[in-house]
Amino acid sequence: MTNAQIFEEYSGKLPENLLEEIKLKVPKRISKDKLKKILDLAVEEYEQSLVEPGEAVGLIAAQSIGEPATQMTLNTKHFSGVAEMNVTLGLPRIIEVVDARKTLSTPSMNIYLKPPYDKASKEEVKNFANRIKETHLNEIATQIDVDLADQKVEITLDMDKIKALELKQTVIKKAIKKQIRGLSEKDIVFEKDKIVLKIPESLSKEQEVDPIFKIKEKIKDVVVGGIHNITQVLPVLENGEYVIKTAGSNLKAVLALDFVDPSRTITNNIFEIYDVLGIEAARQAIFNEIYSLIEQQGLNVDGRHIQLISDAMCVSGKISGITRYGIIKSKSSALSRAAFETPIRHLTEAALSGEVDEFKSVNDRVMVNGILPVGTGLVEISMDLTKLNQGGDANEE
Amino acid sequence: MKNELREFYISRINFGVWNPAQIKQMAAVKVVTPELYDKEGYPVDGGLMDTRMGVVDPGLRCKTCGGRMNECPGHFGYMPLARPVINVLFVNEIYSLLRSTCRNCGRILLDNESLKKYEAELKRVEEEGGIEERLATLSKIISEIKHISKCPHCGTKQDKIKLEKPYTFLINGRRMNSVEIRSWLERIPDSDLKFFGLNPETSRPEWLVLTIFPIPPVTVRPSITLENGEKSEDDLTHKLVDVVRINQRLFENINAGAPEIIVEDLWDLLQYHIATFYNNNLPKLPIARHRSGVPLKTLVDRISSKEGRIRHNLLGKRTNFSARTVISPDPLIEPDEVGVPYEVAMKLTVPQRVTEWNIEYLKEFIKRGPKKYPGANYLIRPDGKKKKITEETKEALLEEIQPGYIVERHLLDGDVVLFNRQPSLHRLSMMAHRVRVLDGLTFRLNPAVCRPYNADFDGDEMNLHVPQTEEARLEAETLMLIPHQMISPRDGLTIIGAIQDAISGCYLLTKRLTKIPKKDAVDLLVNAEVFDIKDVLKKEYVSGKEVFSVLLPKDFDYVGKTKDKDEPELVIKKGKIIKGVMDKANLGQGAGLLLRAFSKKYGAEETLRFMGRVIRLGIAVLMKYGFSIYVSDTDLPEEAKNKIKALLEEAKKDSEELIEKYRKGELEPYPGRTVEETLELLLLNRLNQVRNDAEDVVKETISLEKNNTLLLALSGARGSLLNLIQISSFVGQQALRGKRIDRGYHGRSLSCFEKGDLSPEARGFIKNGFKQGLKPHEFFYAAMTGRDSLMDTALRTPKSGYLYRRLSNALTDLIVRPDGSIRNASGTIVQFSYGGDGIDVAKSFAGSIDVDGIITSVLEGETHD
Repeated sequence: MTNAQIFEEYSGKLPENLLEEIKLKVPKRISKDKLKKILDLAVEEYEQSLVEPGEAVGLIAAQSIGEPATQMTLNTKHFSGVAEMNVTLGLPRIIEVVDARKTLSTPSMNIYLKPPYDKASKEEVKNFANRIKETHLNEIATQIDVDLADQKVEITLDMDKIKALELKQTVIKKAIKKQIRGLSEKDIVFEKDKIVLKIPESLSKEQEVDPIFKIKEKIKDVVVGGIHNITQVLPVLENGEYVIKTAGSNLKAVLALDFVDPSRTITNNIFEIYDVLGIEAARQAIFNEIYSLIEQQGLNVDGRHIQLISDAMCVSGKISGITRYGIIKSKSSALSRAAFETPIRHLTEAALSGEVDEFKSVNDRVMVNGILPVGTGLVEISMDLTKLNQGGDANEE
Repeated sequence: MKNELREFYISRINFGVWNPAQIKQMAAVKVVTPELYDKEGYPVDGGLMDTRMGVVDPGLRCKTCGGRMNECPGHFGYMPLARPVINVLFVNEIYSLLRSTCRNCGRILLDNESLKKYEAELKRVEEEGGIEERLATLSKIISEIKHISKCPHCGTKQDKIKLEKPYTFLINGRRMNSVEIRSWLERIPDSDLKFFGLNPETSRPEWLVLTIFPIPPVTVRPSITLENGEKSEDDLTHKLVDVVRINQRLFENINAGAPEIIVEDLWDLLQYHIATFYNNNLPKLPIARHRSGVPLKTLVDRISSKEGRIRHNLLGKRTNFSARTVISPDPLIEPDEVGVPYEVAMKLTVPQRVTEWNIEYLKEFIKRGPKKYPGANYLIRPDGKKKKITEETKEALLEEIQPGYIVERHLLDGDVVLFNRQPSLHRLSMMAHRVRVLDGLTFRLNPAVCRPYNADFDGDEMNLHVPQTEEARLEAETLMLIPHQMISPRDGLTIIGAIQDAISGCYLLTKRLTKIPKKDAVDLLVNAEVFDIKDVLKKEYVSGKEVFSVLLPKDFDYVGKTKDKDEPELVIKKGKIIKGVMDKANLGQGAGLLLRAFSKKYGAEETLRFMGRVIRLGIAVLMKYGFSIYVSDTDLPEEAKNKIKALLEEAKKDSEELIEKYRKGELEPYPGRTVEETLELLLLNRLNQVRNDAEDVVKETISLEKNNTLLLALSGARGSLLNLIQISSFVGQQALRGKRIDRGYHGRSLSCFEKGDLSPEARGFIKNGFKQGLKPHEFFYAAMTGRDSLMDTALRTPKSGYLYRRLSNALTDLIVRPDGSIRNASGTIVQFSYGGDGIDVAKSFAGSIDVDGIITSVLEGETHD
């Protein structure tokens, strides 16, 4: 029997990651007896450290997050790395993740580049970065003029910048048409380094201010290039390759770019991950976020607790936050829900739909001084009283 | 009716809306008058305090069940309303019903085809996603109906319904009265109700408009008799008086044929009183008040909020057999003991059942009585009667006692009690200890267990609870006793370990004391309550390491690290320290791997005993040899002073250069940052670095032999090098919100600086140490950061408290089931096996199992054989 076969034999008795760890740490030349002994000891220790049924692992997870949370800093912004984006950290960010908020205070992405671009120079990466960044028309314009007599807006463009950003006339045209109402394609004319907008008469009706001024202001904010919502980009050297860090996030659009490595690029917006990659990815993202947040604070919490929280947030197949609209709303017991917040609403709803509370949850049992369905309270001993009364011999059967 | 106590468990509760017939049926009395008492002060029949609704007076008996106060649970009454009234708690539901059903035929405004479609969808959704999903779909359906203007069943055109909060419904701008609403709701057929999430069996919509008003029992609104004999009624009673009075007036007016306008007014008033009876915080409605102006606390107020019934009474239980007092340290008791004052031990009791084997033993307790420790306070007869033991009753009780009785005896040494310190953020905030009755008035605690409780002795108080049943005691003993809690369930590391004096003492012993006379060594060990001391008797002089080794079992092998830079490795072979010192890395909590290894080999119980001995030995060392820190510890040698001075100058020079560079515009900004931000970042980094450099200087120049303050820091017992530097040389850069101090006056932090001064001194750098004294501006900087951190703490506590409450509420029902899976209360599987591998963190080795330890033990085993 080879060593590999021995490992094979133990594969059902030990979890895979432990087997791998042993495989890695055991010296290559080891006698079969010793290997077996090691594995036997590992199995013994593993079996000794298994959770006991009835353990209130949920509450322990809550405590394991709640207790260090009291020690975390409230300072929202973080400057430690010299060239970092500002990101919300510490307690406020944990609350954000656990709430499953859809709008974040500091959305951001880490964009990795696909080979061969991952070896690109700083300048090249900067170029990529600028292509990702949301570009407004006023950033590529040098001058915007209004011609009242002819009802025209003239935009003088910075051709070098346009070249650098690889913007095409048709793209700009489309963007303007799409984002400013009332302009048709023929109203937008390119003249050398200028765009001329003719304001159609249909627009000037019944308006106090000449619409031309409104359009002049609006035109500045037209997004002509880059990716919507990404307001800042910053290439940072990490482990020998440039990573583009962004403020603002748009995972779907970024992943579609041909130079982006879709397997590593990530956002801190969990809902985007859910929308684009699905619930399993979102579950992992929640775990990663909370885990790294706690670690950054120099605190130590076992991953199992965080895993349980992210699993609980994702069991329904959708992300539900730990709020009265999320997980707590999906509790089966009306009394349990009422115990958290807005009790009256929960009680009236329960009354209308004629709910039945079976007293299966911990909170309910506390309310009626019952035995909690936890630990030793989980087991029930039942006895056939009729047989007891017969007084038969216990060894009969 | 028999007054016999029987025990029941509530197995379920059906929620629903009362219907008029039910209200009438369960009522014991029809309330007809708003009066409460007659001239003699006796409750009026048919009044709100009618004794058929229960009694709150000790002398009276309930006319319905014959029970006395505390026996009779109370009985409802009822009152027919002259005109129907809307139940405000359900206005929103009534609103959505009115908007989505036909005013003529009462059918839902959907044709049969889409009804069928929705019915199928609801069924599917409920199967897939449960109640939550179903509710979401329901509200979607209802919001769709809003726009339909013609009934698909009878063709009636629908009018626009508006709800004017809190309870007025308008149809085409005309006010609908409750009679109209009720008859509309009556027309809605049962079959359509499921689309509104209503269960017609428990809650018909017309029941949401009250025709018969239920009067809650007297027992839920007890009156209080004041000292002067005057009665003070509960808020609910006050409100009910209003309701009954107005209802009577309305009846009279209707019967007398009063004009419609007067009837309408009274009807409105009745609606107001009933609305505020349910909820006194309705928007746009004047709050009902006492004559003094205090708002009445009505039903909704009673239930909701932290002080309400649910969170205060149902989820918050109170206990007897508990004590609370100040805690103080006692390193001489075992870590799993708690020192209890005699005063407390004589008040708290443990019930002990009398058997034929312990009867004589327990009689002794009764003989001593309640005033002499250890005595007994009560005797409980088998029929449940509790008798107080006093000097007078003693003799009689001694005669009476026989097996089957229960003696409530005083707390004795070795009893298991629960000990707790708030805030209880942790399961380790409440652990079981064994009692040790001691003199004094405080609870005594071994400092080793301060950490899990997060306790110190600056006036902290703690609570002690005595379990009263065999089951409770057994659970406390097998699950909650300190030895079972040594590993934190949070990270799988030891949380209980030696601290402070125990560490510095052992460090001193194993590091500095190399030649101890035999006599002294014996003294130390005996002080530590170690008596197996033949190892130190062989020689005239022994080393500290040898003394410590006496505590170790003879078959203990261990290799580990220490914090000490001269002896970074700790080697223990066959219970002897070969090399290395004892410091925080071995004895303290956290990674404390020595304790882990010990615990694995000899068990938790033995580890705790070992730790108790270590602590006592450490303290004995300090007691014997003395240990002081001196002000002169912070006098740095000339050499160090100069070096640090040079460091400061260098930092100053560097920052001046940076500023100069910035002024000239030569500073290259970091990508994504402005030049100013870049400068600030560079300066902050540079100035923070000085402290680290200074730490190295101190470490190199000060001799550990002479400097006890340094010894404290290096052994990990207390304090850090940073503290030493801040006292001796300089405090360093103060950072506020992650930046240098840049707030205050316009362009400067304080008025003693010029505008735009970016130098270290002007931006929060403190170059004096605490011993030399701070300059006024420096002191101000320190005050700024100090206050900021106070604020941070004050703002953070409620936030993290709420986070914790939400987490625990959402996760309490996640429990490991017998099959190893984790499920919630409704049985949904959340995880198939805990954390993927089923390892309990509190039993693990930092979250896993000790693979390295197993491998080395097997491999090393070979070399030995």
